[in-house]
Amino acid sequence: MSIIEEKKGVSSVKVVTANEAVALAVKCAKVDVVGAYPISPQTSIMEYLTKYIETENLSMEIVRVESEHSAMAVAMGASSVGARAFTATASQGLLYMAEMVYWVGGSRLPIVMAITSRAMGAPWILGNEHTDILLPREWGWMVLFPEDNQEVFDTIIQAYRIADKTLIPVVVGLDGFILSHTTMPISIPDQSVIDSFIPKDVPKPYALDISNPFTHGNAVHSNLYLEFRYDIFRTIEESEDLVDQVDKEWEKITGRSYGGVIEEYLLDDAEVAIVIMGASSGDAKQAAKNVREKYGIKAGVIRLRSIRPFPVKRLSRIANNLKAIGVFDRNMSPGLGGMIATEVKFALYDLKNKPLVQSYIGGLGGKDVKIVDFEKIFTELKEIVDGKVGVEKVKWVGLDLAAVDSYFEEV
Amino acid sequence: MRVLIPKSKPSKGAVGKTGLWRTSKPVVNHDKCIKCVICWAFCPETTIFRFQDNSVDIDYEYCKGCGVCANECPVNAIEMVED
Amino acid sequence: MTSIKQLPYEEYFLAGNGSCPGCGLTIGLRNVLKALGKEVYMVVPASCSSVVQSPFPNSSATVPLLNTPFAASAAAASGMVRALKVMGKDSVVMVWAGDGGTFDIGLATVSGAAERNEDLLYICYDNEAYMNTGGHRSSATPLGTFTGTTPTGKKENKKNIPLIMAAHGIPYVATASIAFITDLYDKILKAKDMKGFRYIQIFSPCTPGWLLPTEKSVESAKLAVQTGMYPLFEIENGIFKISAPSKAYLKKEKRKPLTDYFKLQGRFKHLKEEDIKLIEKWVDEISEEYASMDGKKVV
Repeated sequence: MSIIEEKKGVSSVKVVTANEAVALAVKCAKVDVVGAYPISPQTSIMEYLTKYIETENLSMEIVRVESEHSAMAVAMGASSVGARAFTATASQGLLYMAEMVYWVGGSRLPIVMAITSRAMGAPWILGNEHTDILLPREWGWMVLFPEDNQEVFDTIIQAYRIADKTLIPVVVGLDGFILSHTTMPISIPDQSVIDSFIPKDVPKPYALDISNPFTHGNAVHSNLYLEFRYDIFRTIEESEDLVDQVDKEWEKITGRSYGGVIEEYLLDDAEVAIVIMGASSGDAKQAAKNVREKYGIKAGVIRLRSIRPFPVKRLSRIANNLKAIGVFDRNMSPGLGGMIATEVKFALYDLKNKPLVQSYIGGLGGKDVKIVDFEKIFTELKEIVDGKVGVEKVKWVGLDLAAVDSYFEEV
Repeated sequence: MRVLIPKSKPSKGAVGKTGLWRTSKPVVNHDKCIKCVICWAFCPETTIFRFQDNSVDIDYEYCKGCGVCANECPVNAIEMVED
Repeated sequence: MTSIKQLPYEEYFLAGNGSCPGCGLTIGLRNVLKALGKEVYMVVPASCSSVVQSPFPNSSATVPLLNTPFAASAAAASGMVRALKVMGKDSVVMVWAGDGGTFDIGLATVSGAAERNEDLLYICYDNEAYMNTGGHRSSATPLGTFTGTTPTGKKENKKNIPLIMAAHGIPYVATASIAFITDLYDKILKAKDMKGFRYIQIFSPCTPGWLLPTEKSVESAKLAVQTGMYPLFEIENGIFKISAPSKAYLKKEKRKPLTDYFKLQGRFKHLKEEDIKLIEKWVDEISEEYASMDGKKVV
């Protein structure tokens, strides 16, 4: 517990997994309706929530549905009449839910969803990967990605504030298994602090009501659909400052903040930096420290907290002072590169003094990526700056080509 | 930051003056009409006015001219005539 | 029993909407809303009704209406019902879905909501095919029917969804028809005051999809009952009861010839004598089955 927090009033400390942190945040957010369907590694969120409801007499309704598609439909139905709604999923579940996720984005309903990231089949795979979390970034949702359990809790609360203010739904992603099943201590603010941060008795102009009937989501002619999409684009684009602001407001009442859209680590004098998101950021930060000590490389870390809005403004400002950026993507866009790398390149293309950008792909399906791998990336970035190595479209981290030759049959 | 939401509000003629779709129109013979309001109950378009005395009239602005009213009238008091 | 003259004057679905001339679903919807009044939330999945309600920024519905993707309506309505409960509001939530959204793509969702006995009224307006896509077979399409995807006639019988719904143990299941408007009205009134998952399936002719003259929609719906093609019944707390409009037609000798029904509609034009015999066999079997179930506890 920080000193500021002690000053700011009562809070309690619990040692929990990130999934329990999500469930606690949902309880503290006084969510009205939850759509629940099991899938690893998300399931324990719903186990905790059902336990709270059945043992603590909460007024929350949890609807144990028959599919992820229905889980999001439940959240949509609840939100459409002005209730606070939540659901969570991962991987295949998100894919099955996809139609509803897109629909909710178009519906401008302030729903928050947690995604415990997991790779997708075929083949069946349980391990962590970020491709699933990145899909909704094209679906009219904001996408936030915390690094540890405390930040998971805090980001769920922040997400409701952002969603309520913008009427854009928010995904909070967290690393499957790496965080979802790992315990850490978290500090939970007093309920009154949360209630004042995300009040429920606010005007809900989107809510259906028999006293003011209107229709949600009916057909639109082609001459007006572009305008629907434009307004979603505009609102998310303009939310870059809001994500920063909400994080600062949270700091004022809890003493905790995470840099808003980007956490900047050792960037003040940095020459090279890794762009990364999620739990492995800690390893990248350690690697930056190590290569500074071992090799004198001026290394830093750009931890993306917000994928949508994509922090174009902040990233451009940071990148102005850098000579090379390595984007570590735990995801891929087949045949092109890492998904974040392609977005970083898009965001920086118009900069006058733009750094070189190298896309790295690794850690797919939960494959281990170690501190030493990030150290290698930093030294390689330094070599790129020094002109000893060229930039390639994509570089793979931890790829076992011998295994490809051994187990894949040539046809 | 401006926050806007799309809203579709209840309105008569939401797709326009649907009476323009019509090729023939129902004409009520009030002398024959027995005020059973069957035509009103079965009108798919909400375009038959029913009055307190159970007499009826047609809302030609929106009547699509389907002819259900004429077909269902038990005393043939509604005739479809070319429009 | 309500008489036609006792049907309320109030209209909740406005003129100048996007339905086709002679549309069966709007006859149903108008009268369903008369029974429910203005204190109802509507949930509509992809279906003809998505178009019929008219496009943004207008709507022909005067009650709050949530549109959902095809398979989602029963789940979205579940979320809505639970939310209204938490917020202390006591209004009816009604799903208004087509047969494709109920019999096919939405079946898992409908079944899930029924298994949970969600407190909502689920209405399937059954026009016996995917009419909004231009007329394609669904599992509600009867044997022998021509559709865009059964050009030589459908090879399978209609799925018996009302009995499948009843097997969930829900408090109320009924079939109704737009041709027997007061029977429909009374079933809605009864269901309105019940708690738990209520399922009502309304026979709703589609004039373009059935290649049916626009003025014949009510007449053909009446014939569907009189020929035994669409028996009307209720299953209330597990007890099966044939509805008054169908009562006489359980006996084969009382039923009108199927050809009376078929000849009005282009979708049956190609039927050969042997096809009609097969359909007749199905009608005979189902009528006998329902006659034997009448008045009994069936689930």
